[in-house]
Amino acid sequence: MKILVCISKTPDTTAKIAFTDNNTKFAEAGVQWIINPYDEWYALVRAIELKEADTATTIHIISVGSADVEPIIRKALALGGDEAIRVNANPADSYFVAAQIAEVARQDAYDLIFTGKETIDYNNGAVGGMLAEMLDLPYIALATNFKMNGGNVTVKREIEGGEETVEVALPVVVSCQKGMAEARIPNMRGIMAARTKPLKVVEPVPVESLTKIAAFGLPPAKAGVKLVSADNVEELVRLLHEEARVI
Amino acid sequence: MSILIFIDHIDGHIKKASLEAISYGVAIAAQSGDTAEGIVLGSPEDLAGLGKYGLKKIHQVQSDHLKSFDSQVYTKVLGQVVEQTRATTIIFSNNAIGKSIAPRLAVRLKAGLISGAVALPDTSDGFLVKKNVFSGKAFANVSVTSAIKVVLLNLNAYAIKETGGIAEVVPFNATVETPKITVTGSTKTSGKVSLAEADVVVSAGRGLKGPENWQMVENLASELDAALACSRPVADAHWRPHTEHVGQTGVAIAPNLYIAVGISGAIQHLAGVNRSKVIVVINKDAEAPFFKAADYGIVGDAFEIVPKMVEAVKKMKGK
Ligand SMILES: Cc1cc2nc3c(=O)[nH]c(=O)nc-3n(C[C@H](O)[C@H](O)[C@H](O)COP(=O)(O)OP(=O)(O)OC[C@H]3O[C@@H](n4cnc5c(N)ncnc54)[C@H](O)[C@@H]3O)c2cc1C
Repeated sequence: MKILVCISKTPDTTAKIAFTDNNTKFAEAGVQWIINPYDEWYALVRAIELKEADTATTIHIISVGSADVEPIIRKALALGGDEAIRVNANPADSYFVAAQIAEVARQDAYDLIFTGKETIDYNNGAVGGMLAEMLDLPYIALATNFKMNGGNVTVKREIEGGEETVEVALPVVVSCQKGMAEARIPNMRGIMAARTKPLKVVEPVPVESLTKIAAFGLPPAKAGVKLVSADNVEELVRLLHEEARVI
Repeated sequence: MSILIFIDHIDGHIKKASLEAISYGVAIAAQSGDTAEGIVLGSPEDLAGLGKYGLKKIHQVQSDHLKSFDSQVYTKVLGQVVEQTRATTIIFSNNAIGKSIAPRLAVRLKAGLISGAVALPDTSDGFLVKKNVFSGKAFANVSVTSAIKVVLLNLNAYAIKETGGIAEVVPFNATVETPKITVTGSTKTSGKVSLAEADVVVSAGRGLKGPENWQMVENLASELDAALACSRPVADAHWRPHTEHVGQTGVAIAPNLYIAVGISGAIQHLAGVNRSKVIVVINKDAEAPFFKAADYGIVGDAFEIVPKMVEAVKKMKGK
């Protein structure tokens, strides 16, 4: 079985969020970059677990980005990816990224394509669905559990107010979230091995992005907390009812 | 030309998120002088009643092939509806089903997608929509350059408006393919109210010490008709189901009221809840970072305060 895992570079979860160039660019100075948590903890680790259960499995990692995404690609290889592909382009928007990945996916017979449920920077959650449409494949979004079942897969996915179990034949595109796998950390052997694993750089195909970020902004700061004494819980309830009017 | 709103339903009921999407679509139509039309796949109750939110027409597709939700099948049906109605903007709620279909439909229509819109588009010069980025730590104004636009509207971001009226429900004859995805079972998460849609959320963290202590927050949630949530370590330790995990790497929510009990307020937790309109923090540590992000707070022991709060809410409601 051949699995393609799509990963994205995102700022660390504790990074300070600020903007430059007249609020049109994220301020990258001093920011630590990580593999988007959903891509690493759930998509990639689940793929590695599948490979551990069936050693005939190969895992390809793909990321669309300039050379500065290579550290996170190496980390994905250290965790257990076999080979990686970097599409040498700025990830302009979800549509552009999906189109680049689709182009690469068309050249290989992947049984399974995993993405994270969304990236923690742009929160679009769109690459998986777009990719599935471009490749004319079924798409299971927001998966919380994934099992092989012969040529079929059994997947649990989030629905409004619960979860649903579905079955589908391979190939399929799946977006992954909490529940899929337990996060792990790379070991020394993995890190050493990753240095020599193949990382192929391919040039992008011409694709026009369909959206553009005009400006960023920060939400207004909170006015400050109104503290109520622990002996006067009724006062808190009164404030929520009469002042804030939320209960 | 029209603004098309995807109306979602579960167990025959139309969800609040869809009413928000309808109100949003109707407002866009009013801005642009277009008509707002609904599209429903399946047969929920009382479609004509949706007219009171300003919809004049609802297209309805019925087929056994729509019973197992397969985004590929739904997308192809919606493509046919968009073509016939000449819709220029298609609105979805940013919930599980919307997230599954909207990106596909955007590709099919070669339309720009705004995922997570929180305000009406500014159409004075193009099509500019405000959306959340960095898990609610910031927002972005995104412009769409394509002729057709697809918008995923965040839950609890746009108020439902009733204008009065009755909608005409018209059957739409679509080609519906056989789904490749088969649904074999489903489970409902605990609690009556879905977390993403809830107006009030009661959430608890590691400060509760163990899963056996959740009864008091469940009582508070039930008094307030609230959904339950938790911090990440609580879900990681399997004290609570992972579906309740809120934050940067869990569910992002924006209720009217978020009550955080025994949660420290780490940056990753705040990221998923800071769009709540009012935040109440109960924590025994006056230095807990959550107080900086709160509107109201009590410094004290949750095991004393939460039961008292349950009583106070009962008393308030009894009035
Ligand atoms: C990459 C990454 C992503 C993450 N994503 C998320 C996320 O999505 N969501 C999330 O929640 N976390 C996330 N985290 C974890 C986050 O950093 C915090 O560790 C977590 O939110 C802490 O949970 P907590 O507040 O329940 O526990 P603690 O930090 O242990 O805090 C417990 C709090 O309870 C208080 N307390 C204790 N006893 C009582 C009592 N009797 N009465 C009242 N108060 C009491 C304490 O004062 C303390 O403030 C992430 C971390 C990383 C590194």
